[in-house]
Amino acid sequence: MSAKDLCMRLLAAVLILAAGPACAGLDIQHWRTSQGARVYFVENHDLPMLDLEVDFPAGSARDSRELSGLASLTRHVMVLGAGSYSERDIAERLADVGAVFSGQFDADRAGFKLRSLSSAHELEQAMAVLRAVLTTPHFEAAVVEREKARAIAALREAATKPEIIGEKAFSAAIYGEHPYALPEAGEPESVARLTPESMAAFHQTYYRARNMSLAIMGDISRAQAEALAEHLAADLPPGEAAPPIPPVTTALPGTQQVIAHPASQSHLFLGQPGMTRHDPDYFPLLVGNYILGGGGFDSRLMEEVRQKKGLAYSVYSYFQPMQAAGPFQIGLQTRRETTREALRTVQEVLARYLREGPDEAELAQAKNNLVGGFPLRLDSNKKILDYLAVIGFYQLPLNWLETYIPQVEAVTRAGILDAFQRRIRPEALSTVVVGGQLGEGRH
Amino acid sequence: MSLLPLMMRRIVLLFLGTALALAAQAGEAGNALENSPGNIRETTLDNGMRVVVKVDRRAPVVVSQLWYRAGSMDELNGTTGVAHVLEHMMFKGTRKVPAGEFSRRIAAAGGRENAFTSRDKTVYFQTLQKDRLPLALELEADRMVDLALPAGEFAKEIEVVKEERRLRTEDDAQARLGEALMASAFMTHPYRRPVIGWMDDLRHMTLEDVRAWYARWYAPNNATLVVAGDVEPEQVFAWARQYFGSIASRPLPVRKPQQEPVQAGERRLIVKAPARLPVVALAWQAPRLSDPAADRETYALEILAGVLDGHASARLNQALVRDGKLAMSVGADYDPLSRGPSLFMVEATPAEGHAVNEVEAALKAEIARVARDGVSGAELARVKAQVLAAQVFQQDSLFYQAMQIGEWITLGLDYRDQQTRLERLKAVSAEEVQAVAAKFFVDDRLTVAMLDPQPLQEGEGVHPQSGVGGGHVR
Repeated sequence: MSAKDLCMRLLAAVLILAAGPACAGLDIQHWRTSQGARVYFVENHDLPMLDLEVDFPAGSARDSRELSGLASLTRHVMVLGAGSYSERDIAERLADVGAVFSGQFDADRAGFKLRSLSSAHELEQAMAVLRAVLTTPHFEAAVVEREKARAIAALREAATKPEIIGEKAFSAAIYGEHPYALPEAGEPESVARLTPESMAAFHQTYYRARNMSLAIMGDISRAQAEALAEHLAADLPPGEAAPPIPPVTTALPGTQQVIAHPASQSHLFLGQPGMTRHDPDYFPLLVGNYILGGGGFDSRLMEEVRQKKGLAYSVYSYFQPMQAAGPFQIGLQTRRETTREALRTVQEVLARYLREGPDEAELAQAKNNLVGGFPLRLDSNKKILDYLAVIGFYQLPLNWLETYIPQVEAVTRAGILDAFQRRIRPEALSTVVVGGQLGEGRH
Repeated sequence: MSLLPLMMRRIVLLFLGTALALAAQAGEAGNALENSPGNIRETTLDNGMRVVVKVDRRAPVVVSQLWYRAGSMDELNGTTGVAHVLEHMMFKGTRKVPAGEFSRRIAAAGGRENAFTSRDKTVYFQTLQKDRLPLALELEADRMVDLALPAGEFAKEIEVVKEERRLRTEDDAQARLGEALMASAFMTHPYRRPVIGWMDDLRHMTLEDVRAWYARWYAPNNATLVVAGDVEPEQVFAWARQYFGSIASRPLPVRKPQQEPVQAGERRLIVKAPARLPVVALAWQAPRLSDPAADRETYALEILAGVLDGHASARLNQALVRDGKLAMSVGADYDPLSRGPSLFMVEATPAEGHAVNEVEAALKAEIARVARDGVSGAELARVKAQVLAAQVFQQDSLFYQAMQIGEWITLGLDYRDQQTRLERLKAVSAEEVQAVAAKFFVDDRLTVAMLDPQPLQEGEGVHPQSGVGGGHVR
């Protein structure tokens, strides 16, 4: 089935876009390499280029408190010398063929992105580098020492910034002993304990074929994609599949912290553990959060905090769906003097939303945007690659995007209210304020 | 799929943002974009508004950008930031469309919209399903002439802008360094003023200031509409005439050249701000692109920026971070695409135990090494390979394609010359790179800014009021 057929079927199913074809379905091809790596491929020859993302369950949730930062630094140092390539060779060989190499890292995922021309010489040279990085990183002692020093300096610098201080305290508050509480890049003291051996061991445990998910988007054939994936994973031992991340069992009792800081603005964070990637409440929470604080100028938080009171430039709420329950977070920044007023406004908006849920007009507006904006989510190779990578890494159904519009359409006011009332508990909500004391005020 | 918040809106593009970003891509050289004559069409309405359409049928989507050739460089002392404040007020209603309704209608159509102000221009944009384009054009045309500017909305929005300045500049040590560097590197040219405006000017801004700015610059003959996507150019032209055609052109104020004199003597400044690590930033006066066919040195300077900082093994990172371990991070930035004068900037964050002076000398030494010994054929070929590949990669983004067209028009250049620029970049020789390294990097045309990090004030600390504490947090 072509992408266009799929698009038309999808449209016929929902009948909301009278204006004509307005979406692009994705023909996702999926297979496993002989070593067990999962591959997700969309073939597209519009531009002579290829985008590729490879992911492993090797994020900071795999760290221990003692060696917090190991996952992050391991991924970082993997590209600084591998196989027959020196640190210097790697960036030069990639630049020689115009390839753009980058990486991604969070609590769940660690991996690399490569964007290359699809012509044979360019693609082969870039792939050879990526293969070496995945399979035979050096973890050379001198490089590790230098990068540890840089990482520690960066952490100490970050520890002066109110937004970083707040994020960290917020994670600690809502996750307690769960590994999602660990800061992604570690602590200066724990990074200092890392060694080339600990990195090599981490690499051997997690960067294994059975843990690998590979997303490929662009200008090669299925046969070429199969050969490329096979080649990339060929020297990776199958290994053991990483164990699941422990569930975030019950929400901790909410806490309130005020961290003094001389900045002219206070940074406010409110929230609790939210939802997973496979959450049964995914769509009610998605649509409901659009109305609460995810929909920009359509959202209640923006309306009350910024539009009506001029208290902040940015105010938002989001659910970050993760392997285990990712954060539900509300955030804003306001001048010190209005800290208390802004906090109270947010609390009132949330309390009212949890009591009453959205009205019909708000729900219609949210659906119109999410459904009508669907084609914008797939209008470039880069965006399609991002979806492919998420579907692959989290093993979502291959037709996840096809079901997106009907699932959004099916959300009701009652469904949103029910999901929010079950999932967001005022007694579990933690608050972190960095900056002005709540006691400061204009009065 | 992502539930992350919509990005913060009404963006101010701060010039130094890129210059101080770590590990900048070899990007400046990659701004070229091939415009085959077949897929770009242009017309000019009777009222002087230009309309440019780039056809790209990869997705059933359209990007619409309305460019006003008025940015912070067109402001006057005492009302700095007014271009950006008006940009905010453009969302606060017209006689026909109430405050906030612009955003709501675009959102209801499944669209995304925003705006940004820079030194050179103010741009309003929407991305939509292709059939919804008339909605965007109708709304844009309405607010080009009929803005309400209600006093109550202004009183709140100016507070929002002040919060934006606090967030982006006041509480950000590197942004303050960048702001101070600009204010010193330029003596007479308005690039010395921050796009978001000085805080004191924001405090004293009046609705009359904003109204005057709107009356002065928001005219069809000062605007360009750029549309990219799966559209028919003739249809877009027809819609443009339908919605914008009746808006009368107006005489525009004379733009004074405000030439920056050639600098005669090095300038140095120190910024003290809460931070842990120092930063040193060097900015030399450098030419901007004015004649794409005849200019040579701008292209050689772009290639030089790639040689210095085009990838992780490029000269600055290799020499200062990896081999010398003098710096935690380095960067180079040169953007010749501006209405006003350009700067070539390099910056570094010194590693612990290394003084800013030592790192400054090392940065200069790398440029001096190019001036003395030149660059290798492999280095040159590498930067050019990145330029050529980037030209392909950029076609993946509709938004970027439209941006390029608008950018060139704003500069008073012919967007078709992007191809000329690409050819010229490919033709740059090693000798030309060596020559510009020798010519432009003289101390008399240099401004050096240093961030002197200050400890956070006393009295800070953690005050957990209950439950899980964070005693390790400073």
